Amino acid sequence: MKTNDLILQTVSKVILFLIVLFSLYMFFAGHYHPGGGFVGGLMTSGAIVLMLLAYDIKTVTTILPVDYKKMIAVGLLFAAGTAAGGLLFGVPFLTHAFTYVDLPLLGKTSLHTAVLFDTGVYLVVIGVTMTIIQTIGESE
Amino acid sequence: MFEMVIYVSIFCFSLSMLGLIYRVIKGPTMPDRVVALDAIGINLVAVVALGSIALRTSEFLDIILLIGILAFIGTVAFSKYLEKGVIMESDRDGNY
Repeated sequence: MKTNDLILQTVSKVILFLIVLFSLYMFFAGHYHPGGGFVGGLMTSGAIVLMLLAYDIKTVTTILPVDYKKMIAVGLLFAAGTAAGGLLFGVPFLTHAFTYVDLPLLGKTSLHTAVLFDTGVYLVVIGVTMTIIQTIGESE
Repeated sequence: MFEMVIYVSIFCFSLSMLGLIYRVIKGPTMPDRVVALDAIGINLVAVVALGSIALRTSEFLDIILLIGILAFIGTVAFSKYLEKGVIMESDRDGNY
């Protein structure tokens, strides 16, 4: 039976961008408010899963030609590199630094090196989740 | 008075979630379980909203959107499984 998934495809085209935007918001809201790299990565992989559900694996790999296993490696490099970076300045492992900068449009903003660590966590979470889901989801 | 109303409504929502959990476990057919799981997600949104009113904080409002999105994706996945018998197709031509 040929099923009709026009509504799902049309709706997911719109909702996809909302989910990605919300995941970026969650990513940057971390550290002072609920959020952070882990839940941001989960939301982004949720958006990719929605695309996999509405379309198919071939289309998604054409749109996002990303090797998720390499993404895990890059994320771990970010996280471990930021953690080890403190050793260069003679402070303990995982120490992070922050400063307050006046940015245009944003005003007084605190810039943390913890954001770099969170970027690593974000990439690792997307990589692990999508590797698991694609490995389970695809049939041989 | 106002806090009493909040607590009573949280109690009612937890009772309704207990009933839905019974439906998820007992539910004779698969669509019953899927609808009950979706309703549990909606009840969770209500409980988080009431909890953030009771605790007088706005930090939980992001969590509401998060639960909503996750419940939506879960319901879509279950519905597609019920409709097509497959969750992810490998290409558009109907090959699984």
